[in-house]
Amino acid sequence: MEPYISVKNVSHKYPNGVTAIKDINLDIHEGEVVAILGSNGSGKTTLVKHFNGLLKPTKGEITVGTMNTKKERISKLSSRVGYVFQNPNHQTFLPSVKQELAYGCKNLKMTEEDIETRVQKAIDLFRLEDRLDDNPFDLNSSQRKEVAMASIMAVSPKVIVLDEPTTGQDHKGCKRVLELVRMFQREGHIVVLITHDMHLIGELNCRTVVMNQSEKIADDHASVVFSDKGIMEEAGLQPPQITQFANQITNLDEMKTYLTVESIIEWMKANKEEDVKVGTGS
Amino acid sequence: MAAKAIEVNNLTFSYPDTDEPVLKDINFSINHGEILGIIGPTGAGKSTLAMCVNGLVPQVINGEMEGTVKVNGSEVSESSVAKMSEDVGFVFQEPENQLSQMTIEEEVAFGMGNLGVPRDDMRVRITDALEQVGLTGFEKRSPLALSGGQQQRLAIAAVLAMRPSIMIMDEPTSMLDPKGKNEVYDVLKNLKDYGMTGIIIDHEVERIAAYCDKVLVLYEGEVQMFAPSEEVFTNIKKMHELTLNAPQVTEFLSSYNQAFGKDVKLSTTLEEAVDNFESVCK
Ligand SMILES: Nc1ncnc2c1ncn2[C@@H]1O[C@H](COP(=O)(O)OP(=O)(O)OP(=O)(O)O)[C@@H](O)[C@H]1O
Ligand SMILES: Nc1ncnc2c1ncn2[C@@H]1O[C@H](COP(=O)(O)OP(=O)(O)O)[C@@H](O)[C@H]1O
Ligand SMILES: [Mg+2]
Ligand SMILES: [Mg+2]
Repeated sequence: MEPYISVKNVSHKYPNGVTAIKDINLDIHEGEVVAILGSNGSGKTTLVKHFNGLLKPTKGEITVGTMNTKKERISKLSSRVGYVFQNPNHQTFLPSVKQELAYGCKNLKMTEEDIETRVQKAIDLFRLEDRLDDNPFDLNSSQRKEVAMASIMAVSPKVIVLDEPTTGQDHKGCKRVLELVRMFQREGHIVVLITHDMHLIGELNCRTVVMNQSEKIADDHASVVFSDKGIMEEAGLQPPQITQFANQITNLDEMKTYLTVESIIEWMKANKEEDVKVGTGS
Repeated sequence: MAAKAIEVNNLTFSYPDTDEPVLKDINFSINHGEILGIIGPTGAGKSTLAMCVNGLVPQVINGEMEGTVKVNGSEVSESSVAKMSEDVGFVFQEPENQLSQMTIEEEVAFGMGNLGVPRDDMRVRITDALEQVGLTGFEKRSPLALSGGQQQRLAIAAVLAMRPSIMIMDEPTSMLDPKGKNEVYDVLKNLKDYGMTGIIIDHEVERIAAYCDKVLVLYEGEVQMFAPSEEVFTNIKKMHELTLNAPQVTEFLSSYNQAFGKDVKLSTTLEEAVDNFESVCK
């Protein structure tokens, strides 16, 4: 199958001379959820800003659908790729939450009726009823981020790019983001997600790309990446605490990487292994 | 008896445009050399409480305040915010709002300049602070040409360089990679070894449990718990009632006990959890 997003030998050099990504190759197919991990400054945000044309490669090429991002206008690309900024201050907002939620749909010339339904769905999911008349700039950054996610949800573009969606979110907010990603996936979207939140990756257990010093150094299933000590160390990553815990216990299935609390409990129930021994190694 | 580092008595605070107070009869104190973690859902009042400790609320951000806040024995309301900043360093929740200068070294120098630190000393402190946050080599770059996490690191460096005796950090690690998060907590621990005091607000409870002496749980403006970390996080029922989560290992041990009718002692750090589990389940 043809990939929907295809990144070919892409590098990007900012005007100040910093090369932020180097020779990246990456194919993303229909229906995939892809997480991008890596240390601060490794090039994650720079990479995804290429998907909707906010940045153009200084070397190499990117195709999204059938469009070459170098040749398309941002407005055309953004009907296919929605991007929620890492820093919601960098996103321009309209004067009220209500207007903001409808903005993307209006731009795409949807019917009033269609817009109404889509916006209502976003309002319900993010529980924004009471905030519709608020000015987004009076909200704190995690709330602004929710508004940004809600407005992209209303547009419902093929590709949804979330740059650190759980930053500043409390436990409930993090669970909501997780549900949202799962919902996008069920509805057939491609989701690209940048995060430092290892719990989130543990829960999603999705394809995981690791960036390090401007280069892609891994691209595999989260459970494989999290058990690769070399990669984890090189990229300054740490698996979720529960994975570290599971690694120190024998009698669990040694071939398995446990990424969530529930997965261990379930395994124990299935295998009647409640009296588990603790390993001497690792 | 020596004065407490921070002492808050019967603190109630309302913003001008709200009917209900956002902080309600808050009481707590911490000693010199202690690290306090503040947790709670978004909107609970954590940032507001932190800003009461350095006098920003209500001196700069207005509202109606009752009760007293004392730092090193003196009432905060009786000294100016500028005077307070000699003792109390504050890292804001949104790093970008804290950044104002053309280059990274000027950014770090800025706060020190206000304190009247001599030139030569400044040089040393800049080098030192940038090293602590992993930004050595970035001195001449513009703060705007940094990644989100690098900006957050810079905001921390600027406060570290002022060498305050009390450090308040409002969600300072939200955009940091796992290694960076550890480094911030290590910085706090180092300060503690010098008898300095710290307050850190964070949603990621694993590190709070591992590093903080005490934890204060704020919920809808009220203190729901204020106790040693261990005591707070092993009260899982209460944590869940407050929509919060405990560290993953604590959640696991609790689920395990429940699922298999066991009584493994709950612990809140990785090492202890492994030990406890081992001692019971062999
Ligand atoms: N506008 C800019 N101009 C110049 N250099 C930049 C700019 N934005 C980022 N950089 C640099 O490019 C590199 C990659 O930055 P990027 O924002 O892509 O990192 P990131 O992986 O998203 O990091 P974080 O986890 O901190 O968000 C870094 O060295 C950064 O300092
Ligand atoms: N400057 C302000 N003016 C009016 N209300 C505010 C202001 N800052 C915060 N609030 C409100 O006070 C409450 C507590 O906010 P905050 O202290 O930021 O909580 P937290 O840091 O726990 O998320 C929230 O309801 C918030 O909307
Ligand atoms: Mg980024
Ligand atoms: Mg806050």
